[in-house]
Amino acid sequence: MNLWNRLMCYSRRRSPWLFHMNGGSCNGCDIELIASLTPRYDAEQLGVRLEGSPRHADILCITGPVTHNAVNAIKTVYGQVCGPKAVVAIGSCPATTNVFIDSRTLDGPLNRHIPVDVFVPGCPPRPDAIILGVAKAAEILAERAAKKIPIDPVVMPLVGPPCNGACACSTPNAPKSTEEQP
Amino acid sequence: MSYKIPMGPYHPALEEPYKLDLICEGETVSDAKLHIGFNFRGIEHLAESRNYIQVIALMERVCGICSNIHTLTLCQAMEQLTGQTPPPRAQYIRVVVAELERLHSHVLWAGIAAKLMGFKTMFMTCFELREKVMDILQAISGNRVNYSMNRIGGVNRDIDDPLAVLAMVEQLEREMVRTVIPIFTTSTTARLRCAGIGVLSNRKAVSCGVVGPTARASGLPQDLRRAAPYAAYSEMEFDVPVQQDGDVRARLLVRALEIMESCKILRQALTKMPPGEISTGDAKIAFSAGTATSRVEAPRGEVMYSVSWKESSRNPSRVHVRTPTFVNMPAIRWMVIGARLADTPLIQASIDPCYSCTDR
Ligand code: SF4
Repeated sequence: MNLWNRLMCYSRRRSPWLFHMNGGSCNGCDIELIASLTPRYDAEQLGVRLEGSPRHADILCITGPVTHNAVNAIKTVYGQVCGPKAVVAIGSCPATTNVFIDSRTLDGPLNRHIPVDVFVPGCPPRPDAIILGVAKAAEILAERAAKKIPIDPVVMPLVGPPCNGACACSTPNAPKSTEEQP
Repeated sequence: MSYKIPMGPYHPALEEPYKLDLICEGETVSDAKLHIGFNFRGIEHLAESRNYIQVIALMERVCGICSNIHTLTLCQAMEQLTGQTPPPRAQYIRVVVAELERLHSHVLWAGIAAKLMGFKTMFMTCFELREKVMDILQAISGNRVNYSMNRIGGVNRDIDDPLAVLAMVEQLEREMVRTVIPIFTTSTTARLRCAGIGVLSNRKAVSCGVVGPTARASGLPQDLRRAAPYAAYSEMEFDVPVQQDGDVRARLLVRALEIMESCKILRQALTKMPPGEISTGDAKIAFSAGTATSRVEAPRGEVMYSVSWKESSRNPSRVHVRTPTFVNMPAIRWMVIGARLADTPLIQASIDPCYSCTDR
């Protein structure tokens, strides 16, 4: 890797810009994503910024169980993000369609439509978990720019109080966790 | 010559996907069309295939901002069908959680409105304050968004030490009075940006049938907590703030004053909380056939649930939801007609729309 590439990797890891897309979510995950950028959690110290246009973004954050109306928009926006890019699925909804499983107006889960790099579980995940997921995605982004090899999706560990069983995080078509649950 | 500007469905000024088609003459908006349905998850249909325990978890996820209100309304309707009455302590806990939710929703709205005004510092201040409300909610329920507090015949978790929560609420109130309220009520930036735009006259408000803070900002003194008290609201003393102007600033003032009223209700509920059980227990739940309706004042206005049950069934045969945004939404058209194009993001946000509730 020459110096230029190393510099690019470093800067990609240090300033991931996000584009947030709502694929039919209940707002819970969206609010937690915004909360993670505000003073208490302060994701901006990692160089994270929420961008208004997918063309400026490196990381696509998708919430919600992917409704029929959102599928085409998600594909279009995914195509508009300039490479190298990473996709973070925030919440249980894009991973498994959560409590809305079996709904006829859904076209989820998300990885049927676009490749997902990081799954952040939780309904909704806590802001700390979202920041952890975005940081992981930034690492993947840098790696991807350097190596151009496919990277397997990562399922982040659960952060915060244990699941009370009300969500559908144990649904069979959930991707297998690659990390130990704490 | 008029031209059309489509805004959305995925637009940085919009929190949720929906589409606003603005017909403009120069810089002035002459008409607007609203397209919704991007969040349609078919929840009402799904509810018919869930039993009475699962349906509560499902309905909690209609909206992430007013999640408690949805389960509260659903549980009240199901309590009518099962003939259970929650014990007094449960009623008080319901009031506490509902008011905390109103607080966080209003502060969140204030933050988003500040961002649309271009007042980024205020946005950050509001969200910092909101984290304090979330701390209290987390201390009570263990969760930040979906609290799962309500069940048929009571609540799931007790508030062990109301006075400790009261101390947190009092500190919160002091900070609200010190930072957020003065900026919204007296700051020149907010006044110049909001006064006189997006006017919804009293007559139009009546004919659109708007509810909640939008109605109260147009001079309609309606509030279900006062008009048809549920839970323990009949024992609380509070005012219903009403403003006559009907513009964005009036909506801002109504919400700022409601934050103060919520703190007042919280203080009363936490000091007067009676001892006793928090739910009617796990007695066998038997539904009688029929339809029950329940109405609750959510942060955005009136939510109504109508739940139907068939004889000896575990699943509801119909759950119908009417959300406040559904009735407030048509009023956007009357607010933006004649407004400047640059003001429309703020005007459409001023009704505090929640399209994930409306689409379901
Ligand atoms: S994961 Fe939970 S909080 Fe997030 S969008 Fe889905 S239902 Fe809402």
